[in-house]
Amino acid sequence: MAIRSRKSKSDYGSIYRGHEGQWSWILHRITGVAVILFLFAHVVDTAAVGWGPEAYDRITAAYDNPIVRVLELGLVVAVLYHSLNGLKITLIDFFPRLVTRIRGISIAFTAVFVLTLIPTAWIMLGQAWDLARR
Amino acid sequence: MVTAAEVLDSSDQERPTTDTIPLTVRVRRFNPEVSEDSWWDEWTVRCDPLERLVEVLHQIKWHHDGTLSFRRSCAHGICGSDAMLINGRNQLACKVLAQDVSPRVTIEPIRGLSVLKDLIVDMEPFMDGYRSILPYLISDSGEPEKERRQSPEDRHRYDDTTKCILCAACTTSCPVFWGDDGYVGPAAIVNAHRFIFDSRDEAGRERMKILSEKTGVFRCRTTFNCTDACPRGIEVTKAIQEVKRAILFERF
Repeated sequence: MAIRSRKSKSDYGSIYRGHEGQWSWILHRITGVAVILFLFAHVVDTAAVGWGPEAYDRITAAYDNPIVRVLELGLVVAVLYHSLNGLKITLIDFFPRLVTRIRGISIAFTAVFVLTLIPTAWIMLGQAWDLARR
Repeated sequence: MVTAAEVLDSSDQERPTTDTIPLTVRVRRFNPEVSEDSWWDEWTVRCDPLERLVEVLHQIKWHHDGTLSFRRSCAHGICGSDAMLINGRNQLACKVLAQDVSPRVTIEPIRGLSVLKDLIVDMEPFMDGYRSILPYLISDSGEPEKERRQSPEDRHRYDDTTKCILCAACTTSCPVFWGDDGYVGPAAIVNAHRFIFDSRDEAGRERMKILSEKTGVFRCRTTFNCTDACPRGIEVTKAIQEVKRAILFERF
């Protein structure tokens, strides 16, 4: 009667179907790591000013590239998400009563995130497009 | 002398077969005496739509494969023995109906605790966390002549967290607990909350000291998986947040 299939240890089974808080937590971690990785590059390019303004200009010229501009939009997405979600977490940390309204709060924060992102993406992708055409 | 199994057997036969539904049960099995790896077994059984999953597991164990191992005791959602990862969510097998998971259900042991056999996990690390928060009334102001009186309002303050049955559904739904077994986990914090906010208890400060450590409440990342998983409907995350706040402001 039993259908038996043997699988290796690497089969972890199903993903835990958790609350949306689980996914916002995972995104918070991913965007956090993404932002800190950018920070390393940022420290390097800013340190270039130590060799004079020409060196700084030469290094930052690498950003005048449509692909980098699109990546920069990704950075804005990460920073925006991480900071807004951080505010959300702080809010419910200080006001435990809000915990019962977490779904509404999550929807509101997602709305603010998306609404802020639309004009930002419009402007940044426009600049990337201009660079690509040149 | 009729055994319990025979009584249940006969009730199986008496049941009309017309309104039964098919249910494929997929179980993640593990037996260290057979294999180091876990494997999946699948059975298709017919059951009453209103039958609970724990009864379906009984049917499999009693009629198809006696080696299938799982914990259960009261089978009515009170003892907290049969918490399992059912279709990707921690639930009590005795509170899930066959009709709600039909035609197919996947059952795995709860995560973050080591599996001993099939759906049985080692609950000791979970109980260690529970014991660490001193889950009993501490009062040094002497034995009262009669009972320790409490107003209805004071009793209401911690009512939600008295409902815990220590099934570990919350703690083993917590991503932080999966990654760090040093974390006391939601269940321990719920039980600490039950005494911290009890007006008769005098060791709140001591418990808050334990919970303000690295392994305590501030490991919580408010993913809300625990609140979702609790079969008793305890607002676990809210309780944790209240303990966090109490530690921050020492208002309790």
